[in-house]
Amino acid sequence: MNAHPAMDTTGTSRDMSKAPEIIHPPRLGRWIGVILVGTVMAWIVYQALTNPGFQWDVVGRYLLDVGVLKGVAMTLQLTAIVMIVGLLIGIVVAVMRMSGDPLLIFCAHAFVWFFRGTPVLVQLVFWYNLAALFPAIEIGIPFGGPKFFEIPATVAISSFTAALLGLGLNEGAYMAEIIRAGLMSVDNGQSEASKALGHKPWHTFWVVVLPQAMKAIVPPTGNQVIGMLKYTSIASVVALYELMHSVELIYSRNFEIVPLLIVAALWYLFLVSILSVIQYFIEKHYSKGWQGQDDRGA
Amino acid sequence: MRHEQHPLNADRASIMTAAKTDEPLVRCENIWKTRGQNLVLKGVNLQARKGEVVCLLGPSGAGKSTLLRCINAIELADRGLVHVDGVPIGCALRNGSHVRLSESQLSRQRADIGMVFQNFNLFPHMSVLSNIIDAPMRIRRETRAVATNRAYELLRKVGLLDKAGAYPRHLSGGQQQRIAIARALAMQPKLMLFDEPTSALDPHLTDEVLDVIKELAATGMTMIIVTHEIQFARDVADTAAVMSDGAIIEIGPARDVLSRPTDPRTRTFLARSLPDHQQQAV
Repeated sequence: MNAHPAMDTTGTSRDMSKAPEIIHPPRLGRWIGVILVGTVMAWIVYQALTNPGFQWDVVGRYLLDVGVLKGVAMTLQLTAIVMIVGLLIGIVVAVMRMSGDPLLIFCAHAFVWFFRGTPVLVQLVFWYNLAALFPAIEIGIPFGGPKFFEIPATVAISSFTAALLGLGLNEGAYMAEIIRAGLMSVDNGQSEASKALGHKPWHTFWVVVLPQAMKAIVPPTGNQVIGMLKYTSIASVVALYELMHSVELIYSRNFEIVPLLIVAALWYLFLVSILSVIQYFIEKHYSKGWQGQDDRGA
Repeated sequence: MRHEQHPLNADRASIMTAAKTDEPLVRCENIWKTRGQNLVLKGVNLQARKGEVVCLLGPSGAGKSTLLRCINAIELADRGLVHVDGVPIGCALRNGSHVRLSESQLSRQRADIGMVFQNFNLFPHMSVLSNIIDAPMRIRRETRAVATNRAYELLRKVGLLDKAGAYPRHLSGGQQQRIAIARALAMQPKLMLFDEPTSALDPHLTDEVLDVIKELAATGMTMIIVTHEIQFARDVADTAAVMSDGAIIEIGPARDVLSRPTDPRTRTFLARSLPDHQQQAV
């Protein structure tokens, strides 16, 4: 079949001006949206500026208060340690779950079932009151065997260790599921190729499978970190001096409840914003090899 | 560097002198393997001498890949022994019984056997160079300089010297498979296993991979190749083994098996696999 005489024989026409331009239809809906959102935002700003209940002078006074800053430091510290503990437990439990060994799979299942199935608040208060159940913490052989080490539970369990155990074990159970999903997202051929090269199981996991799983693990983990930063406020029930507890202590003295809650909220908002930026860079790092144009056969 | 049509040609002189001996490098004896309810291997025997190229052919589901994967213990046979260079693979003799080795003991055995997969399985998060030097550095404890030197030498041989810094995703299937071959060779294996190395490639990309394998065969490397490329098998194989339903139904010199097959199943298989113009030769 021959090309149409008006057309270039190569099927390309070089005159751009003859090609009809495609324009967008008018966007009436968007303009209505802009007016609606604008009105709501104006109202919020107006309230924030004129409503005396916000007491911005009190907020300003306490925003950088030494007590509040100490609370911020503790919140950051607790979040970091809990996430590290959670991550390590999560890796171990996820690997156990995928090991193929019936005993390890059972243990991993039981762990996730229990710590995901009970409320963190209950776990936290439970660990804090561990002394009621076990007056002394001992290391030795159970059922009347010899003891190697012994410490009173009231000494071992502080507000901090109770919060760490409660939040860390719970986080471990959630992280295990996130990591398992990530590991499953890596093609089986990858670990086969690694094995065929002669890598030890540990290397296959650490060098080949886990780095690729990170691409699927990082986004939900970032979500968990951000959630945990705020979730640490639950540790105020065991009187841990974190951000929420620090403002609680202040407003229980001066009754300026709303401005102090705003102080806490501003701090959480600020810290979460920083974490979001960090998450962006970590995600960028682990998408190495997947970036850029697909210039196959170059 | 791209102008080199046959990048391994330089080595040919030294290659041809590598004499083939009668000592079997690979010996599979009475291999049985079940997967779920299915018997996939039913007492398979296979040998490969040093420097021999064995092609495994046959319809899909015949157990070719499974047999190949038992040779480097990626899968373990239920019964029967695989010996490579006189050493039993996947188990050790203890008190008169054959006991399975641990995963880390298996990894030591696998390091000496190169394997190339249908889907390349390059590590996508590593550059081409890292893909090649990682195992020699980590397993053989080679220095970066030594491993890198050999990597460049291999990249030159497979004709991809300019791709050292690229990531696998940015390469064509044929290029990825040539990198995968270089990666396996970087461990200086005594045996190479190929599991349908061109099945995932577009027809116009298979030749560049097959050429590399042919050149490698000429270097005297012992190879066992699962393939559907009959013409390639004719060109490269010393021995052809045809499998069907978990057993080897015909084995012998490639020229005989692929040109004058005795088993009717082999004839049917060859007739189905060959394009029309090649069938007259059968």
